[in-house]
Amino acid sequence: MLKIENLHATVGDTEILKGLSLELKAGEIHAIMGPNGAGKSTLAYALGGRPGYEVTEGSASLDGQDLLALDPHERAAAGIFLGFQYPVEIPGVSNLQFLRESLNAQRKARGEEALNGAEFIKLAKEKAALLKMDMDMLKRAVNVGFSGGEKKRNEMVQMGILDPKLAILDETDSGLDIDALRTVGAGINSIMRKPDKAVLLITHYQRLLELVEPDFVHVLADGRIVKTGGPELALQLENEGYEAIAEAA
Amino acid sequence: MNAPLPTRRDESWRYADLKALETVWSKLAGPEKIDVPAGETVSRQIAELPVVDGVGVVDLDVTIGDNASFKIHLLAHNADYGRIQVKATLGNGSHFELGGAILGSGQQTLEIVTETIHAEPNATSNQVVRSVLADKATGSFLGKINVARHAQKTDAAQSVKAMLLDRGATANAKPELEIFADDVKCAHGATVGELDKQALFYMASRGLDPATAQKLMLQAFIADAFVSVGDDAEREAIEGKALEVLEGLS
Repeated sequence: MLKIENLHATVGDTEILKGLSLELKAGEIHAIMGPNGAGKSTLAYALGGRPGYEVTEGSASLDGQDLLALDPHERAAAGIFLGFQYPVEIPGVSNLQFLRESLNAQRKARGEEALNGAEFIKLAKEKAALLKMDMDMLKRAVNVGFSGGEKKRNEMVQMGILDPKLAILDETDSGLDIDALRTVGAGINSIMRKPDKAVLLITHYQRLLELVEPDFVHVLADGRIVKTGGPELALQLENEGYEAIAEAA
Repeated sequence: MNAPLPTRRDESWRYADLKALETVWSKLAGPEKIDVPAGETVSRQIAELPVVDGVGVVDLDVTIGDNASFKIHLLAHNADYGRIQVKATLGNGSHFELGGAILGSGQQTLEIVTETIHAEPNATSNQVVRSVLADKATGSFLGKINVARHAQKTDAAQSVKAMLLDRGATANAKPELEIFADDVKCAHGATVGELDKQALFYMASRGLDPATAQKLMLQAFIADAFVSVGDDAEREAIEGKALEVLEGLS
C-alpha cells in the first residue's frame, strides 16, 4: 500500500531523513520508534506534505500513485490520514462543520456523492460514541479549549469519520491517561485493523503497542530505519533503550 | 457637506483617499441625524454603501437618549473609496453597539471612523471591527472615545483585528481615548495578522482544498463582528453577504 524508497527530507537547511525506506502492505500495522530528533515527525509531515518539509530525493507512493506529486488535500483524498502530535486549534470553526466540509471535499475529489446533514450527523455520532467523546465537544470549535487528551481523542474521531486507507499517527498516545489510552487503542483497532487498511504508528512507548499490536516494529535513528523486527523488538527497546540497539545495528 | 475638503492633517481623515473624495465632495449631503428616544432601541444594518462615482460615504450623527440603545452593523466593501463615519453621543445608562467588517481587495481604500462620546454616566459602548484585506487594499479603523468628566461608570470597549491576505495590503487601527472621568472601564485591543499556516495545513490534511480552508477561517474571523446582531435572520443576511464578498477575495 505505502512504499517509501530512499527518502531524503530537509527542514530549513538541515537534512533530517537520510535515505529512509519502508513498505507497508494492506492489513498491516507498523510501529516506528526512535529517540528524540531521529526524524519520526519529519517522516509524518513529509508524507502529509507539510510546507517547509522538503523531499530532496527518493520516492513515496500510495497504491502506486506518486504521493509527492500531490498537494496535502489531494493526499487526504487519496486516503491518507495524518494524526497530529499537536492538533491545531481553529477558533470559530465548529468540529462538525469542519469535518463535514472535509469529508465532502474528499468524497467530491473521489467522484462520490456528498453526505447530507442527517447522514453526516449519524456517522459523527457513531464515531464519537466509539471514542467515548461527548457530541457537545463536536459542536465546539476545533480543539479550542480541549485538553491534550481530548485533542488526541478528537483526532481519532476525525479518523473514524474520514475513514482513510492509511493512517499515519504521530505520537497519538502522548498526553493520554490510562483510560483514554485504552479507548484510543480500541478505536484504532476498530477503525483501522482491516484487511484493506494500514497504519503507521509513531510512538515512544510500549504501552500503546500492547493495545494495538503491530505486525512490524522499526527503529528510526538519524534519519534511517536501522532495525526492523516483530512486536518483541518494542519490548527489547523498552528494556535496553534506543542507544544500545541503534549502536548494535 | 459645505465644509472645506478635509486634508491629511485632519486626524480622522489621515488614511482617506482624498483624491477620490474630492470628486464627490460637493455632492455629499451632511451627516444624517438619528435621535434614539429615551428607553428605546434602534438597529441599523448597512450591507452596501451608497456609491457615486466609485465613492461611498455614510455619515451618521447619533444621539442616544437615556437608557436607550443604538446598534449598527455594517459591511464596507463596495467602493473604490468607502467611508463609514459614526458619531455617537450617549445619554445616561445608554448603550452603543457597532459591529463592522471591512472586506477589501484591488486598490480599495475602506474605512470605519467612529467618535463615541460618553457624555453622561453609566453608559456602555462596544465596537468590534474585523478587516480582511487582499491585494493592495487599505482598511482602516479610527475609533475615538471621549469620556466626559462626570461620565462615571462608563464601560467602553473596542476590539479591532485585521487579516492581511497579501503582502501589499495595509491595515490601520487607531484607538484614541480621551478620558476625563476616573471611575471608568475602557478596554481596547488591536491586532494585525495573517492566516494561521499551521491551521491551513491541518485543514488540508483533512482534505480541504486551500480556497475552502481559507473561506472557513475568514468566515469565523469576521463572525465576531456580527454576534451582537439580535435577530437571527438579520445576522444570517449580513453574514451571507460578507461570505459572498469573501469568496470573491480569494
